[in-house]
Amino acid sequence: MTTLTPVFAAVAQILVLVAALAAVHAPLGAYMARTYTRPDHLRVERLWYRAVRVDPDAEQRWTTYLMSLLGFSLVSVLFLYGMLRLQSYLPWGLGFSGFDPAGAWNTAVSFTTNTNWQWYSGEAAAGHLVQMAGLAVQNFVSAAVGMAVAVALVRGFARSGTDARVGNFWTDLTRGVTRILLPLSVVAAIILMAGGVIQNLDPHTAISTVEGATQHVLGGPIASQEAIKDVGTNGGGPFNANSAHPFENPTPFTNIVEIFLLLLIPFTLPRTFGIMVGDKRQGWAILGVMAGLWAASLALTTWAEMAGPGAAPQAAGAAMEGKETRFGLAASALFAVSTTATSTGSVNSMHESFTAPGGGMLLFNILLGEVAPGGVGAGLYGMLMLAVVAVFVAGLMVGRTPEYLGKKIGRPEMTVVALYVLTVPALVLVGTAVAVVVEPGLAGIQDPGAHGLSEVLYAFASAANNNGSAFAGLATGTPFYEVTQGLAMLAGRFIPIALVLALAGLLASQTTVPATSGTLPTHRPLFAGLLAAVTVVVVGLTFIPVLSLGPVVESLS
Amino acid sequence: MTIDTRNTPDVPTQEPAPDAGTRHHSKRTSPRALTGAQLRAALPGALRKLDPRVLYTSPVMFVVEVGAFVTTVLAIIEPGVFAWWIAVWLWATVFFATLAESVAESRGKAQASTLRATQKQTTARKVRAPQDTLETGSRLDLLPTVEVPSSTLRVGDVVVVAAGETIPGDGDVIEGVASVDESAITGESAPVIRESGGDRSAVTGGTVVLSDQIVVRITAPAGSTFVDRMIALVEGSERQRTPNEVALNILLTSLTIVFLLAVATLQPFAVYSGSRQSLLVLVALLVCLIPTTIGALLSAIGIAGMDRLVQRNVLAMSGRAVEAAGDVDVLLLDKTGTITYGNRRATEVLPVGSVTPSELAKAARLASLADETPEGRSIVDLVDGEFGAGDELPLDAELVPFTAQTRMSGVDLPAPAVTDSRVEPVETLRIRKGAGSAIQRWVHSTGAHVTAEEAAELERHVDAVSRMGGTPLVVAEQVGEAPARVLGVVRLKDVVKEGMRERFDELRAMGIRSVMVTGDNQVTARAIAAEAGVDDVLAEATPEDKLDLIRREQEGGKLVAMAGDGTNDAPALAQADVGVAMNTGTSAAKEAGNMVDLDSDPTKLIEIVEIGKQLLITRGALTTFSVANDVAKYFAILPAMFMTVFPQLDVLNILRLASPGSAILSAVIFNALIILALIPLSLRGVRYRPASASSLLQRNLLIYGLGGLIAPFFGIKLIDLVVSLLPGL
Repeated sequence: MTTLTPVFAAVAQILVLVAALAAVHAPLGAYMARTYTRPDHLRVERLWYRAVRVDPDAEQRWTTYLMSLLGFSLVSVLFLYGMLRLQSYLPWGLGFSGFDPAGAWNTAVSFTTNTNWQWYSGEAAAGHLVQMAGLAVQNFVSAAVGMAVAVALVRGFARSGTDARVGNFWTDLTRGVTRILLPLSVVAAIILMAGGVIQNLDPHTAISTVEGATQHVLGGPIASQEAIKDVGTNGGGPFNANSAHPFENPTPFTNIVEIFLLLLIPFTLPRTFGIMVGDKRQGWAILGVMAGLWAASLALTTWAEMAGPGAAPQAAGAAMEGKETRFGLAASALFAVSTTATSTGSVNSMHESFTAPGGGMLLFNILLGEVAPGGVGAGLYGMLMLAVVAVFVAGLMVGRTPEYLGKKIGRPEMTVVALYVLTVPALVLVGTAVAVVVEPGLAGIQDPGAHGLSEVLYAFASAANNNGSAFAGLATGTPFYEVTQGLAMLAGRFIPIALVLALAGLLASQTTVPATSGTLPTHRPLFAGLLAAVTVVVVGLTFIPVLSLGPVVESLS
Repeated sequence: MTIDTRNTPDVPTQEPAPDAGTRHHSKRTSPRALTGAQLRAALPGALRKLDPRVLYTSPVMFVVEVGAFVTTVLAIIEPGVFAWWIAVWLWATVFFATLAESVAESRGKAQASTLRATQKQTTARKVRAPQDTLETGSRLDLLPTVEVPSSTLRVGDVVVVAAGETIPGDGDVIEGVASVDESAITGESAPVIRESGGDRSAVTGGTVVLSDQIVVRITAPAGSTFVDRMIALVEGSERQRTPNEVALNILLTSLTIVFLLAVATLQPFAVYSGSRQSLLVLVALLVCLIPTTIGALLSAIGIAGMDRLVQRNVLAMSGRAVEAAGDVDVLLLDKTGTITYGNRRATEVLPVGSVTPSELAKAARLASLADETPEGRSIVDLVDGEFGAGDELPLDAELVPFTAQTRMSGVDLPAPAVTDSRVEPVETLRIRKGAGSAIQRWVHSTGAHVTAEEAAELERHVDAVSRMGGTPLVVAEQVGEAPARVLGVVRLKDVVKEGMRERFDELRAMGIRSVMVTGDNQVTARAIAAEAGVDDVLAEATPEDKLDLIRREQEGGKLVAMAGDGTNDAPALAQADVGVAMNTGTSAAKEAGNMVDLDSDPTKLIEIVEIGKQLLITRGALTTFSVANDVAKYFAILPAMFMTVFPQLDVLNILRLASPGSAILSAVIFNALIILALIPLSLRGVRYRPASASSLLQRNLLIYGLGGLIAPFFGIKLIDLVVSLLPGL
């Protein structure tokens, strides 16, 4: 340790991370493409299909696909809501009482939408059964839902003239769990256990602290929870301190493993996309944009944290407030950028305590719409929707009706994409505006001034974009925030999904147009650069006014 | 028949000019700088368009108009220099948008009034007869007629039009042939021939018969004739938004909503931050952010695109077709008249056996002197040019015309008349020229015995000419009653128009595949295709083959464009995504296509494609420019809004604008003036050169993306320097 300069260590761990991601990129991407395209079913899958009475081979039109998805999610919300409310009557409850209605609503929506926002402290509110049978199950299926939607959209691009059929939701959901998320989580859990993460079903253990006081420490099936928390870009942990807690993330090694896990599927899905549309270069272009934005954000945040601008960090010598000493500045910045850029929301440090520009960057990552690389599935479909916008503008500039991957972007396609681009920013802006005006909203703000605005903006950005991380400093365990955040999460998840599936249906019905030299090439750096610019500019122009009153003012102070 | 006036080599002058793009029509107005007169003429229209009931179709400009109204009310309630300046400039922003549209329309209006002049009420001489007589009878011109106003004519009526009379409505010539002055519609002063049957039977109402008399069956009711449609088109009164324009409008609307939300929610944030903003400033910010530049110019761009086609004498029946033209993947071009000059020309003589070239040439010339076809005349031209002018035909020469049965033609010269110094023929000389097989049959029929060597040599020549894309014309002669002998072969060659190869190279660069359609056999067709540089060939093509080819390409997701004129082209024209009918063609063809070329120049397809692309590029470029502008506007306005509460935001005032008031006003003024500045560009279209998509994107991103990012910084700063001098700000 002593021989490494901090900058060298920061660069080295990023290189190790990137090398590991690069090594698994091609094989995992190909495996996922096969998973979603092969005809055969596993024995356990057949049993499940029979149990829920679905024909796994029936191709669904996009409307049926969407109805299946919404039906499944509705049942999930109701099931989870019931479980949370009735916790005190269920086994392994650890003596915790049931959630109140607003809290249960918020949490049920939060985990079903892959947001995993937690208004409560995990170890002080949720027992083992709720964690394993309720929250962990949603950790798997909500992630699988996101991937299913992404795959349906990719099929829309890949197919030609199919009467809007985009696959079978039940098959995609099931396979996402049985063939991708479960195997990856098992392997990940074993690695995390080997790295020191606990895995047991212990209730609270009384221990004596060095000061002689008695503390009750909760055990639990942490390694398995941790694995899917990261692999599924969920983020909701069993402990309030999340990945800063030594049981969840004990060492720098487990820290880098967890970062790897949460970037794994989002950065690999572009490969799956490239394979499924029959042109791997298209996947490279999308990956390039995601990686470029992630790297730029990482560089800025790491710089901000290590330079430590601001009065407090200067006085303390480093911006270590809210960060674990066992990770340090660079590993905390790397974790924070990766978790905000993937809609994961697990944290190994308190984002609120980041330097003003660093914290602003994290907020910006979320505002980008979770596309660099974004949540499992959600990142890919979000980026593809933005690619359609970029193609539309660029396509006009080459003198043809815009087309992406051989599909024309006409009026119906543009309508769907325009609504998609509108939805989440509208939720964030309106939600934040309401919260800083009404009394119950203002009551939750603990820091006055610009920082308080950042807190509220972060909360609504995190909810509507299904990230789930909190800036902290905002008391969200109140009915106002529980209900409004729940609405933001729900609308921010399912309205975009409905629009994505509508686009998938529109595209799948179209006949693919063969490319000519007059067609805009969408695999070249020029287009990738344009897509990155569109992503940043659209978000930037929307949020610059509010950002300038929050993080920008803070940074310039 | 006169046979002594054919030494003038007038053939080339009758053919279409090689490069239609450089042709200038009398109707085409001079380069299109915006003149003061034009602006004045457009003024009333621009004011009328300010009516919100008209303007709401453009959501962006509608928002600006509402903003202008709100700021005006605010300025009245709380008068102030700043408030009034903002209100005035917001109105100016809306006005510049309606002005752009009005200017674009005014160009069409001028043309419409010319066309209307042709529509004056005329009297028609309608044939009075039972319907079935009208449909099946002959010599209808001998039947009694009644004079009726042209506006009462209905489809199926038959009228007689004599020299000096105006044709009362659109129709087909069913009897007679006449020369017609169509300059009112095409701008072309030379009269054209219109005759019954065949592909030149369509006549247009409003044109004038110059000679002879024709009987016309009316095919379009009064009020929906070709001229009516033309007027509607050039005036833009029937203008409907094209699919791409609608799609772009949706994007612009969603951007407007996003900015509306961003600005509307800014007030709560500002209040929270302790710096409540005035409604005036918020409206100013909103107008600066929403994509006003493209929103203001969008419809002008569309109208101007149609107008550019009209300038080139092409009438698009819908804007949709113009857009589709930009997307065309496959271009079907007829060989004859499009890729090659309309007719074959003799280029070489190839004698067989002991015959000298001169003997063959003289015989071929004699046989062709009476041949009125372009091929025949080209033989006379060739021989006169290479071997010196020969004699005229004697008066008693007997012409043997070409028939489909004999497939040859020629001349019989009675003995005494022939005065060749070398030979003293005492017997009749018969010369024949035609297809190889036909001539050989004739030669055999005279009892000639052709040796194997002679036959082989002839066949070699015939094959060689065919392979090179030419047509072999075999010449033989018979002296007296002796057996006839084959003299040799004249090579008739399709001459590819100059500049075609370059055009096809351009098309290839644009990603468009060219297909040559011809009735020729495969060998000939391929040779010409190779010479012209087209990508593909459809040889021995029937109209059905053409239709099949179009369907096949379309099933593969491609867009096909073609030009055609005949009735049997109609199905293919209707099937093609862009079907350009020649004005000389039949009514059926003109009905089937979605564009009509008044010059009847099929190579114009290429220009049509370019105009379609230019239209889309102009939209994309100005959208990019418009959005890129916002960055600079934020830098101007945001520090101005919040500097009083957060002095540190002054760092963002990188333009060092004089005061918050002048910063906001300068941004608003820039936003309005940029619309005015870009009106000429939107009417002209951005420069388009055929190139690959990548290089086009790169160029346009650089100019309109990067340019759009940088330009407003300079523009706003310059305006601020002036505005800061205004008293009372």
